[in-house]
Parts: sequence; structure tokens; C-alpha cells
Amino acid sequence: MSVLIFIDHIDGHIKKASFEALSYGAKLAELEGTSAEAVLLGSVNDDLASLGQYGVKKIHQVQHENLAQFDSQVYTKVIGQVAEQTGATTVVFSNNSSGKSLAPRVAVRLKAGLVGGATGLPDAGNGNAIRKNVFSGKAFANVTVPAGKKVIALNVNAFPITQSEGSAEVVSFSATVDAPKVKTVGSTKTSGKVALTEADVVVSAGRGLKGPENWAMVEDLADTLGAALACSRPVADAHWRPHNEHVGQTGVAIAPNLYIAIGISGAIQHLAGVNRSKVIVVINKDPEAPFFKAADYGIVGDAFEIVPRFTQAVKKLKGIA
Amino acid sequence: MKILVCISKTPDTTAKIAFSDNNTKFAEAGVQWIINPYDEWYSLVRAIELKEADPGSTIHLVTVGGADAEPIIRKALALGGDEAIRINTEPLESYQVAVQIAEIARQGGYDIVFTGKETIDYNGGAVGGMIAELLDLPYITQATGFQLNGTTATVKREIEGGEETVEVSLPVVIGCQKGMAEARIPNMRGIMAARTKPLKVVEPTSNEALTAFSSFGLPPAKAGVKLVSPDNVEDLVRLLHDEARAL
Repeated sequence: MSVLIFIDHIDGHIKKASFEALSYGAKLAELEGTSAEAVLLGSVNDDLASLGQYGVKKIHQVQHENLAQFDSQVYTKVIGQVAEQTGATTVVFSNNSSGKSLAPRVAVRLKAGLVGGATGLPDAGNGNAIRKNVFSGKAFANVTVPAGKKVIALNVNAFPITQSEGSAEVVSFSATVDAPKVKTVGSTKTSGKVALTEADVVVSAGRGLKGPENWAMVEDLADTLGAALACSRPVADAHWRPHNEHVGQTGVAIAPNLYIAIGISGAIQHLAGVNRSKVIVVINKDPEAPFFKAADYGIVGDAFEIVPRFTQAVKKLKGIA
Repeated sequence: MKILVCISKTPDTTAKIAFSDNNTKFAEAGVQWIINPYDEWYSLVRAIELKEADPGSTIHLVTVGGADAEPIIRKALALGGDEAIRINTEPLESYQVAVQIAEIARQGGYDIVFTGKETIDYNGGAVGGMIAELLDLPYITQATGFQLNGTTATVKREIEGGEETVEVSLPVVIGCQKGMAEARIPNMRGIMAARTKPLKVVEPTSNEALTAFSSFGLPPAKAGVKLVSPDNVEDLVRLLHDEARAL
């Protein structure tokens, strides 16, 4: 009986979402009185032993040329072998793009109950139910897993990263690795400098900006804050901004620490994609905009005047102006 | 090309979310039902486009649900598709749904199984991946584009901070999201034709569930917005820094 955490990486570096998954898995192991181990497929430039500071005791590293391609079918079989050999009863993923591809497959492979999009640890006072968001964040559900094994895909930005002293033992795991059927032939980075789903701060704008030519001030604010860019659905549909910036019920769902909405009225479908943000700031000239009801802070006024002043004030705070 | 499109019935995006039976069930009274937008706008419409490009293709729709799911499947047939299958059981969770659909997919020998990347009600995002694992097929989710080239497909998928283009051999399971296709509305001819398209009802092979929703709740309401004067934008930055600790 142990908890196995999947470590995800890109361009030679471990993703921040995996630090959350490691912290979560370690805490879960502590609650269940068992040990936390991790699995990493491929290799990274980061020091693996130092991942012990997130509470994981042992890391199983599988290196094989077939793992250079991300193929969920191949990866699942390898994770399945590690889970069996380590006697894992729980497997933890981040609910990011890799986790969304892998967690359902691994759940079937291990015949485990899947909690996709978990936001918390099992609640001992409530039958060990795990909370997850449903109805696009408009509600939550408590999910129980009567099956012996469980797979948890932890929502990004839902669990705090905890660090302490510690070092993990890194062991090489030899697995049977099939040839991939999926081959990556190209990739493109999105316009923003920060990945939208991983960002701590997101600056988002809507139709209130009147046209794509007015985005420079939004980009300026985002750059100053180190924030990712987002937009509302009408803006993406009008091709003012690329569709991968569209946040909302049918776009990307995000949960940053700070979400700044400029010139967005806050339709219920938009709120569904952003309501997990910890702090919401709304700038809108219409005091009746429904978004103000869901906001923590707001300014009623003209975005074209307020946004540049906002950027200046942030620069001043950061001592860069 | 044989294509299977998975269709799920969900509450309308503007539906009031409330729970009944001591917070153990979604309160369905007065709720309008729609085709899950990811299933309709992206997965079904992309399948229809593929058939338009290659009229020899067949599209089958499949849904897991009771008789009350039939208006939804008829609406999907009005958009396109040759016939539909309804697996007659009230779905409780993803694994149960995936097992049923995988059985249909196995019998039908499809080249492509399209699902939405998730449903907008329970947000599990699990059925596509589970079907793929049950059938031992490749699975690409968060797909934003799909092009056929003979027996392989070129698929675009969203990853953190960008997009990736991958080549994959058929058969394959695809989880669709925005970018795949543009939303359509059924025309009168489609609506008329849908009335006579075959809708087969089959009984479930098993009803095993591996998880259970024990209860639901609504997040606590926000304390209320704190308004800052547009003349004092600096105050907002100070509040975000000192009070909210978000900067």
C-alpha cells in the first residue's frame, strides 16, 4: 500500500503542477499512514533527489527511447507496471494536459475509481470523500471511491506546495515500453509569455476594449505583472484574440491567485471558467455589469484610463518605475 | 470511414444549479437540457465535416441514458449522423458510461471515436480516455484540430502554454474542444430527416461503478465587491498587495 505520484515535465524541467501533485500525494500518504513514491518517465535537467523536499521518499525513473514521444497508451502501460510493482493503491496526477490524458487510462488499467479534478484531500469526517468541482465550478461534489484503488487527478492551483528538508532516493525502473503510435510533428507557443493554465496572475479583456488594436495596454499590464493573457468568448469568436486565450465554460477553465477582468460583463458562462480564481478584480464602465457580483475588488470606470494607471501603480510597487 | 460520436445530455449553460434529496441529487425541475457543447459544437460537427468531405463515411451517435435522452439524440441527428444508439441505463459515473460505449465501439469497428473533452455538468473528462484504454487505442484529448490523411490523422492538441501537432495511426479516440469546428444549427431538412433516422435502444452489458457522488454543495457566496474610485487606482494596487496578498 503506497501513494504513487506522476511527475510531469517539459523542455527538461518539472512542471509546477507536479510540485502541487507531489505535495498532495505526500500529505495523502501521511494521512493514510503509508509512503509516497513518485514515477518519472524520461529524463530532466532538474535534480530529482531534491524532490524529497516535497515529501516523496523514492522516485522510480524509467528511461527508454520510446518515451521521447508522449503517447498516453504507452505511458499508461509503464505507469501500470510501476504501480503494480510498488503496490500502489493510489496514483496521483496533476489534472493538466498530461494528467487528463493519463489518469482515466491508468484508472481503467488498475481498475481504480477515478476522481478527476480533485480540489482537496479525502475527508475522514465524511467517509473519506474527495471534493471536486462540478458544473464548471458553480458547485462541488464529494466523491467516494468504494473500489480498493483510486486515481486522483488534482486540479492545477488547488493545493498549496509544501516544502521541508528532505532528499529522495532515485531508482532506475526497468519496464517494457511499447513503440509509440503518436508522433509529435510540431508545436507552437501561444502569444502570452506565461502558460494560461499554470499562471498565478491572469489579465483578461473583453468586448469593452472595442477592438484588437487596443490590446497593447492589456499586454503591458500582463507583462508588468508577469501574468498570462486571456479573453472572453466574443473576443475569441471575433478573432480579435486566438481561441486558446478564451476562458469560460466552453473555453479554458483557470484558477489563478489573481484574475483581472477588463471590459468583460461577466456572463454566467464566463464566470464558470474563472470562478475558482482566489481574488477577482473587475474593471468595467457599467456599474450594473454582473461580474461585480462575483468580484472581490472593482473599479467602475473607463478601462482606457484605468489600465495604464494600474500598470504604473504596479511598476511603482515593484520599484521598477 | 466509420465514425462514432459520443453524445451526452447536460443542463443548459445558464441552468440554475441546485440540489435535492438532502444534497445528493441535481435538482432537475425546470432545467432545460442540451447536447453537451463539447460533444455538439466540436466533436459532432467535425464528424459531419469529415463525412461531407468523404460521403462514403458513416456516422453513428451513441448516448448512455434513459428515454428522456431521446430528444437530445434526435437533435444531434438533426445536425447530422446516420443512426443513433441509446444504451438504456441512467449513468452514475464515468467508468460505467465508458464500459457501455467501449462495448458498442468494439462491435462497430470504428476508425474514429469522437468525444467531447468533458461534459459541462460533472466535468470528469474521463470517458474518452477510459474508452481508449478499454479498447487499447491511442487517445488524444484537448484536441483543437483533426485532419485525415488516409489511415493516419494529424491532430492538434492544447498543452500548457501552447499547441502541439501530432500524427497518429487509426483507429483512435479523440477528445474535442474549441477550435475543432464552428458551431452549427440544424436546418429544417435536417430536423425532418432526423425523425426517421434509426434510433436503436440496447440494454447495458453491466452497470459496475467504481466511484459514487455522495453529496453536492454550492461554494460560499463572495463577501461582496469592494469598489475603488477610478481616481485612486493606486489604492487598488495597495489593497491587492496588503489585504488580498495577491500581488
